[in-house]
Order: sequence, then structure tokens, then C-alpha cells
Amino acid sequence: MSLIAADHICVRFGEDEVLHDITLQVAAGEIVTILGPNGSGKSTLLRALLGIVPVAEGRITRAPGLRIGHVPQKLMIDRTMPITVRRFLSLPARVSDAAAAEALARVGMAGHGTDQMTTLSGGQQQRVLLARALLGAPQLLMLDEPTQGLDQPGEAAFYRLIEEVRAETGAAVLMISHDLHVVMAASDRVICLNGHICCEGTPRVVSTAPEYRALFGLGTQGALALYRHDHDHDHTDGPAQHHHGHDHEHDHA
Amino acid sequence: MLDDFLVRAGLAAVGLSLATGPLGSFVVWRRMAYFGDATAHAAVLGVALALATDLPIGLGTLTVALAMAVTVASLAARGWAMDTTLGVLAHSALAFGLVAVSFFPTVRTDLSAYLFGDILAVSRTDLALVWLGALAVLALLAWRWQALLTATLSEDLAHAAGIKPDRERLVLVIALAGVVAVALKIVGALLIAALLIIPAATARSLARTPEAMATIAVAVGALSGLGGLGLSLWQDTPTGPSIIVVAAALFALSSMRRPD
Repeated sequence: MSLIAADHICVRFGEDEVLHDITLQVAAGEIVTILGPNGSGKSTLLRALLGIVPVAEGRITRAPGLRIGHVPQKLMIDRTMPITVRRFLSLPARVSDAAAAEALARVGMAGHGTDQMTTLSGGQQQRVLLARALLGAPQLLMLDEPTQGLDQPGEAAFYRLIEEVRAETGAAVLMISHDLHVVMAASDRVICLNGHICCEGTPRVVSTAPEYRALFGLGTQGALALYRHDHDHDHTDGPAQHHHGHDHEHDHA
Repeated sequence: MLDDFLVRAGLAAVGLSLATGPLGSFVVWRRMAYFGDATAHAAVLGVALALATDLPIGLGTLTVALAMAVTVASLAARGWAMDTTLGVLAHSALAFGLVAVSFFPTVRTDLSAYLFGDILAVSRTDLALVWLGALAVLALLAWRWQALLTATLSEDLAHAAGIKPDRERLVLVIALAGVVAVALKIVGALLIAALLIIPAATARSLARTPEAMATIAVAVGALSGLGGLGLSLWQDTPTGPSIIVVAAALFALSSMRRPD
């Protein structure tokens, strides 16, 4: 039984149909990535699933009592608001100091509880947002381009963290990305979006699908570098990912 | 003790700051300064309305301030260009209010009481209304505190947590109208927004959490009220503006400290 399912949903902003006839499910424990170019409706789809944006047609069903942890794209905290990491973790529900410390430790931010949110780097802020989401013991984590603005090592570290969390808590993950490399490495399933679902499947299947290639312009001259880049990672990421998995088993043994 | 007009004035200033501290913090966080102005200026129109209908002044100002605040909030929700819209509304409300009030010759003479407040003339009833109003606003904010903070930080985070940002905005709007109604007597329509913003801005550089900022803003507001009364007695200056002068001085002092 799936945690969340969209059944033929359409989302319109005025006359504009931003999302057309989307059907998807996320099952317990799987990592699903929504991939698409800018303006393809990725964020809107996530916001519709979260209930922020109303759907014009179709329906969204959630497993009864489903606990969702939401990690937004980026938090713009006004400089006029003083707020520590510890205080932030207690929004909207207050949590104990022990739970807050544990959540921070899990995301590699132990000891940062007294930091001001506005002084954190982009990567640190994403980790704190993830910690806050984890405090609700979510069955499903939803992340909207969580690594935007991070450098490559920061991005890789963040996705390793996501996999680690999935392994530890069994939470399913639904995330948005425009980053091919990440998608190939860290997802069980990829949904390729451009207003409608172009193709979906395992990363390997999607990466060879003609719809995917058309969407990302693979085969044109400009995208040749992109293709090579992608291809490189196909080779190097397999063993690398295996290596990571091995690491975690050691860590938690 | 309450027989002394100075004691009543001091207590009114302290009571009001209980509401303006936390509410002012939200006004600063959410960048609603002009919004506060528009609501406060509408209170002058409320005075005219009350005089025309023989209603209590407080009820008239509360009604019109609430109407203005709800109007502005719904325009904001529909995505109007807020800077211009608020500018038009704030100043029109003031101008219409002044013109309307001029039809009542008896009021014309003490118009400055509505513009700059008349804290030294606070009666026992006024004092009770200030405290009741301030405590009601404080209770409303305390009740919605977690949701208000979440919605202020991020509307998406709030939505995902089942909080309705529109409803929380309405809570602030109602609180703002309440504060305007009780503050009119104390600092007057022109300076209510200053009483909201300056203590909160002063508290910013001294606080590490939202709660600390709101609490310090209450203290700064109370201190400004009492200090302004003192200044007014000592130099025979108008009391409402004197309160804001003291608040501004405290702000200048606090801004020498770098925020965390």
C-alpha cells in the first residue's frame, strides 16, 4: 500500500495548466526523485502533494495518519528575527532538549543548538531543516531541491545523509532535483516531469529513455558535455555508492 | 493611589507595552510597519464615526481600524503592490479622518489629543480599558504563538504542518486593531506605529530568541512610557511624542551593540 498517491491530478493557475494528468505513488521506504527542467512544475507537484496548492482535477490520497516531514527549498529568515537552531527545532511543535540534540547529532550538527539560524551556511541550514523534519518521526520525507546553492561536496554529503536517514528510519523520500548526477546515484525510482510525466522508472531505465533525452536535449551539440558528464557518473557512482552503503553498516554496527 | 493622574498615566503606559512588545515584534519580523501606520491612521476616521453616531470613541476606532486592517490584509493576499497601496490608504485614512472630524467643532479644539495622545488625561475607565485590551491582545498572541512564529518564518512550513497562514495573519490584524484602539488615547494616531516598531527594533540586537525579543520589547516599551512621562513633566513637552523620543534614544543606544 502506498504512503501517498496522486490519481490523475491537474493543477491550474488561472488559465495555465501547470500540471497535467499526473499519477504517481510513493511506497514505504523508497527514494523517488522528480526530475525536470526549470518551469516543469516540480515544485508545484510537491506543493500539491503537501496540500499547499489545490488540485483542479483528480485526487490525492494519503495513508491514514501519514506523518510527512517537509524540507523546503530554502528558508529566508528575516534578519530582524533572532532565532537559535534549538528554538527553530521546536516549531511548530515543542520538542524536548534530548530529542533536539539527537536530531542535530543525526544530521551532523551536534553542538550547533545555540547558533543563530541566520549565521548558518546553506548546507548547515539544510541539515537543520532536515533535523526539524525528522523530529516528527516522518514516514515520508519531502524535499524540494534541498541542495540548491550547495557546492558539489556539500551536495554529495547531503544526499549521503538522506540515504543514511532512510536506512536508519525506514522513511520514504520524495525529492525534487534538476541534478542528473544526484538522481542517477541516489534514487530507487525517477519520475521525469515536464508539466506531465514524460517517463519514469529506475534511474538506468530513465536515463536511456528517448523522452528523457528529448527533455534534456541530449544528443544536441550543446548537451554533449552533459551527456558525457552523465556517462562518467554511471561508471563511477556504482562502486562509490556501494562503498557508502558499506560505511554506514560499519557506523551503526 | 489611582487618584493621581501620573500614576494612572504610568500604569497605562506599562499596560500598553504588554501588547505592543510582542505585537511590535511581529510587525518588525513581517515588515508590516506601513501596515501599522495605515491601521493607526484609520483610527482618526473612527473618532469621527463615533462622534457622528454617539458611540464610545474606543468602539469607533476599533471598528474602523479593524475594517482598515482587514482591507489591507486581503489586498496583500491578492498580491497588490503593497508599498503604494499602503501609502495611499494610510494617508487617505488620515486625511479623511481629519476632514470628517472637522465637522464636529467641539473636537476640533482638542484634535491634537487624537493625533498625539493625551496620556495625562487617562481616567480610571480608560486605564481599565487599556489593561483589558492589552491583556486580551497578549492572550491572543500567546495562544497562537507557535503557529504565528511558524507562519512568519515560512508559509510553506506552516502549510505542511497544517497551519493556515491566512488565519494567522488575521490574528495579527485583529490584535493590531485592538492595540490601535487602546493606544490612541496614549500616544495618538500618528505615533502608534512608532510605539510598535521602535521598542521591538531596540530589542532585536539584545535578543537571541523570538520570545526574548518580545519580552525585551515589553520592557523597552514600559521604560519609554515612564521615561517619556518624566521627560514631559520635567521639560513640559507633549507626552506622546516624549515617549517616542525616549524610545528612539534607547534604540540608538542598543544599536551600538552588534546583533548576534
